[in-house]
Amino acid sequence: MEFSLAPEDEAFRMEVRAFIAAELPADIARRARHDYHCVRDDVRRWMRILNKKGWGAPHWPEKFGGTSWSPLRKYIFQDELRRARAPVVDRCALDLLGPVLCAFGSPAQQARFLPPVLSGDEWWCQGFSEPNSGSDLASLRTRADLDGDHYVVNGQKIWTSEAHQADWIFALVRTGQNVKPQAGISFLLIDINTPGITRRPIWSIDEGYTLNETFFDNVRVPAENLLGEPGKGWSYAKYLLSHERTTSAVVSHTKRDVEQVRYIAERAPSGSGKLIDNPAFAAKLARLEAEVIALEWAVMRVLHTREGDAGADGVASLLKVRGSELSERAALLAAEALGDYGVVAMPDPEGHYIMHKDGMGPPLTDDEEIGVTAKAMFRRATTIYGGANEIQRMIIAKSVLGL
Amino acid sequence: MDFKLTTEQQALADNVARFCAKEYDFRARRQLLESADGFSRAHWATFAELGWLGAGLPETAGGFGGGAIENAVVMEAFGRGLVLEPFLATAVLSLQTLAALPAGEVRDRLIESAVAGQTLLALAHGEPTARGDVDHVETQATQSGNGWVLNGHKSLVLGAPSADSLLVSARAKDGVGLFLVPRQDASLRLKPYRTLDNHRAADVWFSNTRVETVLAPPGSAMPALATGLDHGLTAVCAEAIGAMDAAILMTRDYLKTRKQFGTTLNNFQALQHRMADMYVEYELSRSILYQGLAALDGPARNRGHAMSAMKAVVSSAALFVGRQSVQLHGGIGMTEEYAIGHYYRRLFVIANQFGGEDLHLKRMATNPTPFWGGIGEQVAAS
Repeated sequence: MEFSLAPEDEAFRMEVRAFIAAELPADIARRARHDYHCVRDDVRRWMRILNKKGWGAPHWPEKFGGTSWSPLRKYIFQDELRRARAPVVDRCALDLLGPVLCAFGSPAQQARFLPPVLSGDEWWCQGFSEPNSGSDLASLRTRADLDGDHYVVNGQKIWTSEAHQADWIFALVRTGQNVKPQAGISFLLIDINTPGITRRPIWSIDEGYTLNETFFDNVRVPAENLLGEPGKGWSYAKYLLSHERTTSAVVSHTKRDVEQVRYIAERAPSGSGKLIDNPAFAAKLARLEAEVIALEWAVMRVLHTREGDAGADGVASLLKVRGSELSERAALLAAEALGDYGVVAMPDPEGHYIMHKDGMGPPLTDDEEIGVTAKAMFRRATTIYGGANEIQRMIIAKSVLGL
Repeated sequence: MDFKLTTEQQALADNVARFCAKEYDFRARRQLLESADGFSRAHWATFAELGWLGAGLPETAGGFGGGAIENAVVMEAFGRGLVLEPFLATAVLSLQTLAALPAGEVRDRLIESAVAGQTLLALAHGEPTARGDVDHVETQATQSGNGWVLNGHKSLVLGAPSADSLLVSARAKDGVGLFLVPRQDASLRLKPYRTLDNHRAADVWFSNTRVETVLAPPGSAMPALATGLDHGLTAVCAEAIGAMDAAILMTRDYLKTRKQFGTTLNNFQALQHRMADMYVEYELSRSILYQGLAALDGPARNRGHAMSAMKAVVSSAALFVGRQSVQLHGGIGMTEEYAIGHYYRRLFVIANQFGGEDLHLKRMATNPTPFWGGIGEQVAAS
């Protein structure tokens, strides 16, 4: 056992830090400090800057524009992006679709779809969940029937994040009808502007708009847009969900959120002092911080797993459970730190996706404080999405503990 | 970074596990805890012979070249085996404190004798009002002629009833010093007791106790004491991880055999989820132990913060896993002649030893160590 970080990795961290400090445009950086989902223009500009440096998709294979960085360096890179609060880029395309395309896509599909992701020109959304298929995803019913050289898609997807800003959707569709549920599923790449697709906004409890219902009514999709082999969609989706084993921990995000809480608490007046001087609040922050440290070291363990190491699957399986819980707790504590304003609705002062157009909002001017309550409400979703935590616990009980 | 044990560390882990499997079945343990010492001096001789007592000491300090990781390896296995020998008191708390002092004839001889298994030591540092606060020392050292005299009250001195010598911290006008006192000294009073986990400890009262040997003069002992106690923290956290692992596996096996309502208990989802939560706590404890070991053995910006984060997480995890292990066993878990309750008792003691969760959260808050150095200056710069 040896726990120190190699000097070369420390140097790499400083290189990334310097790059971000020099290249992240000030106006984007300021907006990204607000706790709303980033808007597409900011994300595209930032993605271009990263890509110019060759850092658009470090975790992809080198021949598709990725890097040969070690898992630790990929982590450090993301960690520094979170530290600087850089805009969150199109994770759907980069983390989910990209690795699947690299592994199972045809050369033509790779050439067509990967470059515009790297340049930030094409955005993707994910069409997995359906109204009656949430945790039980394999029961999905959206169907794609072959008609000449096209699939005809009919059905409905739900919770399609950012579908309204996306150009493409990758969807799980049923191509085989009379087989075991998992066996009839295929992975289809669909131009979201194809006639027959309707997107309907779902406003969420943060008064934000990221979610959509997406309807497919006789949507004709070229058969060449089926990824890999028909009927293998389920295994591709499983590959996609397991490919990045540590991102579900969102530990760097939560580290940044802990620092935000500290920042607010050090400045928030409380009686004759500051909130941070209140021992009960300080203890709550310390407890959160301690758990985030534990989570980060669990991530370190997974990052340093070598082929054939026993027990790493077990550690990976808990990252989503505890990572999502801490993510929400950090956001709730930030709201608590704001005192009275921690219960005030916070529409985006930049005017993006405003649900109630009444111009009301709290008198906050510090960029670190803007959007905190919206984030606190949105984070309620963390223990639901990506496989509800109850499902994750079932997986731990069955596959790790053998119950 | 490398989270795999080296070949030597793995051999050490295997050796200790083999010892526990052979010597520490539940009945054998019961006999030991009812003996006069509450542990086996024969086992202690074995520990010395196999090199475990000096495994966590650098060669420069008279050990075999290891550090906190080696002690953690031993303690984790001891946690699984519910081992009773005073390894923590002598090999961790006392020897690591001594090793952190400057070399000297007395110190070196003491280490040599303890590593050889010939001398049992106990660190008399904690006091009733300290409640785990390392800096709190009220016991007085006063100069008398060309020596020192001690007066005061030390509590929960682990391993004291069987120790040959006590390392006693006491405060003089220049600060805290460390003094060596034979346990048999007529001027000290010792009240021995069993802790809830059947380990032995004692309260010790000093009244004008003359000190022959000064290990660290007043004003110079705190850094070594802090180091020794931080080694104690990582060691008990490692032991808790071994105990949690054993308790989880024992509970898992019980759920798979115990039948109610016509089926084994492992088929009930409420119980599955509880076990998943226990597993999460256990793995996160193991993860943060590595953070503690890194801070202890390597360069650390703020060791106190790292130690306290570790102990806060492990304390609450130890309580949760210990309590739920008994809960999932049901009534049988409450019986004294069944092992699971003894895991709970050890875990309960560790959770509260050297400061519980509250003390360590407070210590974190008073030694803030923000991730990446904090964001205040970033914001100011923008």
